[in-house]
Amino acid sequence: MDLLKIISDIEKVDPEIYDRLDPRRRVFKHFGVAGKALASAAIPGLVASIFSKAYGQTGSLTPDVANVLNFALKLEYLESFFYNKGLASGTLIPTGPGRDAITLIARDETNHVAVLRQTLGSQAITALKDTDFDYTGAQGGKRAAIFGDVFTNYATFLTLAQAFEDTGVRAYKGGAPALITNKAVLTAALNIHSVEARHASHLRTMRRGGPATIASATAPKSWITDGETVPAAAAAVYGAGSPATPPTGSTLANASKFFPAEDNKTQAGVPLNTTFASFNLPAASFSEAFDEPLDTTTVANIAVNFIVSGVF
Amino acid sequence: MSKLLNSGGDEAEFAKPLYVPIKRRSFFMYAGATAGATALLLSSCNDDDDDTSMPGMVDVGSGDTGVLNYAYALEQLEAAFYTMVKAGDYYKNAVAAEKAILDDIAAHEIIHREFFKAALSTSAIKPLEVDFSSINFGDRTAVLGAAKTFEDLGVAAYNGAGQYISSADYLTLAGKIVSVEARHAALIRDLISNGSFVNDVVSPTTGLELSKSPVDVANAANMYLKDGFKINVGNIK
Repeated sequence: MDLLKIISDIEKVDPEIYDRLDPRRRVFKHFGVAGKALASAAIPGLVASIFSKAYGQTGSLTPDVANVLNFALKLEYLESFFYNKGLASGTLIPTGPGRDAITLIARDETNHVAVLRQTLGSQAITALKDTDFDYTGAQGGKRAAIFGDVFTNYATFLTLAQAFEDTGVRAYKGGAPALITNKAVLTAALNIHSVEARHASHLRTMRRGGPATIASATAPKSWITDGETVPAAAAAVYGAGSPATPPTGSTLANASKFFPAEDNKTQAGVPLNTTFASFNLPAASFSEAFDEPLDTTTVANIAVNFIVSGVF
Repeated sequence: MSKLLNSGGDEAEFAKPLYVPIKRRSFFMYAGATAGATALLLSSCNDDDDDTSMPGMVDVGSGDTGVLNYAYALEQLEAAFYTMVKAGDYYKNAVAAEKAILDDIAAHEIIHREFFKAALSTSAIKPLEVDFSSINFGDRTAVLGAAKTFEDLGVAAYNGAGQYISSADYLTLAGKIVSVEARHAALIRDLISNGSFVNDVVSPTTGLELSKSPVDVANAANMYLKDGFKINVGNIK
């Protein structure tokens, strides 16, 4: 990737690009005009950072885009504070591969907070604090704790970590269609979405006992499957959203308009398990092969369990 | 599939192609309506994609059909790879946990391939013929190394192509698949070296996956496709 060529390409469609890149000049509202060149530029970190500085801090995102990004930002705060608090909790996370992995994941989540804040610029919500979150599920003492040993019991910590990552994957997937008009932001969100999925996979592998351990009902696969053991309080992470079924009148290509549970086996109207029965594949593989999106309201209802007050 | 398409009632409704190709003329009418924007987009086209438009290549097409066919091509490659893995000596002698993982991934990739084939219906590209002669299927390191390449490439491809999808529904469907590919990629990486689930594919300074353009992905994928079956993605833009 040639940075100078990208800037030159953008200059052809956006003669003011050099003004934008120069922080001393006035920055105009113009997010999204530069289309393809800007989107491809959003891939490497350094370049993304330059362009979000140029385009991001001007209040120029549409309200829909800004809402989706701010919602994602809240979830990233939820994750970032969770891991950092876990890492700071004495001997909770054992030294070795476990601590190395959680440290890596914490790094990514903290970076996601920074990238989203940078992209939102002046449209970002007020920064959240660790005191906004209560990972025991007691909502700051308003009710009994659900995960009272989250920072003293490694297994509980990993269970919640998996739930947060799997929720994050579903949330980004549900939010992506609202970003379709802004290619650069959409690409950045997709590049976060897959990282959340990598995290979820690794946390599941950790909970299984490592990559060399065979999965069982209590030792999860690295992908979401039928019949895995989930704490009752985390069941919503894998359940249906709202609406759970296709809207009346819609027929086939309605994937963005409803939010089935993770055990869904029908995609775009194709019942996978019966249509592809001749391949003699394991019954569980048909829902494993597709992750499902989740709507904002359902995600917020999950997240609010870990909030002291407000936020969602 | 043809049997499915010809069946009656609800099944026929289910089997309708996801995408009805836009007739050439109506496509240009649409393009004309946004001529200004199109001109702007074209002015920023890559200069390095000309080498993919060679005779004898499989053109995945343009628009959403192009992106879906591009995904179909990659899923064909992955499904063929894991089918070969399961016929090879490494798999036959692998420990049970690794066999179970490869069984699952192979099934997922076959489902992805068949899903795109069904969804694209008559707009689908032809079945691709692969060339895995460079991969030693008897050797664990070689097999897992190639699996890592394919899974990382798949994630990078979906992430990089999302911006070329115009339908929110297709974007969602692609999203449903890419996160499963990312789960595969992380586990394959962990099988090679536990803890390497993000390593060099995620920026340490932004936390973003390093996605790839269709041209870059095609150049990598074409190394494993026979002559006459290499894909041309030059019309995805």
